[in-house]
Amino acid sequence: MTPRRRRMVIVGAIFLGVATAVTLGLQGMQESMLYFRSPTEVLSGEAADGRDFRLGGMVREGSVERLTGDLEMSFDITDFENSITVRYTGITPALFGEGQGVIAIGRMEGNSVFRAREVLAKHDENYMPVEVADMLAQQQQPEELSTESSTN
Amino acid sequence: MRLWNWINKLASPPHFFRMAGTLTPWFLWPATALILVGAFGGLVLAPPDYMQGEGFRMIYFHVPSAYLSMMVYVIMAVSAAVGLIWRIKLAHAVAASAAPIGASFTVLALVTGMLWGKPMWGAYWVWDARLTSELVLLFLYIGYMTLRSAFDDTSKADRASGVLAVVGVVNIPIIHFSVVWWNTLHQGPTISKMDNPSITADMLWPLLTMILGYTLFFVAILAIRVRGEVLTREVRSRWVGEMLRESIDDKRVE
Repeated sequence: MTPRRRRMVIVGAIFLGVATAVTLGLQGMQESMLYFRSPTEVLSGEAADGRDFRLGGMVREGSVERLTGDLEMSFDITDFENSITVRYTGITPALFGEGQGVIAIGRMEGNSVFRAREVLAKHDENYMPVEVADMLAQQQQPEELSTESSTN
Repeated sequence: MRLWNWINKLASPPHFFRMAGTLTPWFLWPATALILVGAFGGLVLAPPDYMQGEGFRMIYFHVPSAYLSMMVYVIMAVSAAVGLIWRIKLAHAVAASAAPIGASFTVLALVTGMLWGKPMWGAYWVWDARLTSELVLLFLYIGYMTLRSAFDDTSKADRASGVLAVVGVVNIPIIHFSVVWWNTLHQGPTISKMDNPSITADMLWPLLTMILGYTLFFVAILAIRVRGEVLTREVRSRWVGEMLRESIDDKRVE
């Protein structure tokens, strides 16, 4: 084996060793690498009781209610199988709206209500001008076209 | 055989020094032009986004920075590996010169992301897999530079930091695929899905222009930095002495 060959093997071995270790480590931490839980996971008891966690999903259409002119509000987070009602007092980010992705940080209050202390809007990877978005909406559901208020 | 000769010639410091000096303007000026055109296209010509309004324009600075923060690391790691295996000093010089540039792009990516995150997500920072792995990238760059500066002997610094650079490259696929492998607050990929990018053409072209502009800018800055690095390393060599003497003679004639 030439010295150069040997160095090649050493560098390759170091790299492969670390890559394997990191892969195994990440596999082991799979659970905690997840940034949020879906309503289905929470309802099937995967989130710890009485501790803070992040609940993620879509804001169910027609579920946003602002209560009493205060900053108090409630909405449902759904993963299209199950949904959980969230209560929150505070200001929502610009991208918050019905049908939008959202992540709420807080804990369960009883069995069905989630009390959030922070609400984050999750943006998707789609970028388009307003006209294109309108066109797409018309193509998809011409009869359901509602004049929902823009979130911006 | 011809290719091998060419590589050997390229790797010779005086030849590289001269060639990099000649090439730098050929990268720097197109880069400046592309960045100006891309910024105008992105900030003025592109229509506002249907969800984010004007706020989406941060993408024109965030995505090129983030792309280069990873690209530069790969270049640094490959150079370091070439330096370790073939004992080419110029390769180590390239790796050492790339690190501060990559760290700067990483900081830019993080800062532009945070400024966008506050109004859009509602938070400057969250510890999701994408943001955390990009922060780890910054620490890798800083660690690489710190490790280098801990050695007085350049060839020892080359070897030790080279191993760190090669090992750290595992983080690059983690950053890229973090949004696919785990659920994150950060959105999924938009333009790397080559067949069907999730962005319309009038918003896409300024972004691609910016990415190309940033890349050429990086090459130009890298060339300038490697020249400096080569001079420092070869300060006692004959060709540097001759070059200095010539430039002094030129001054005298003037």
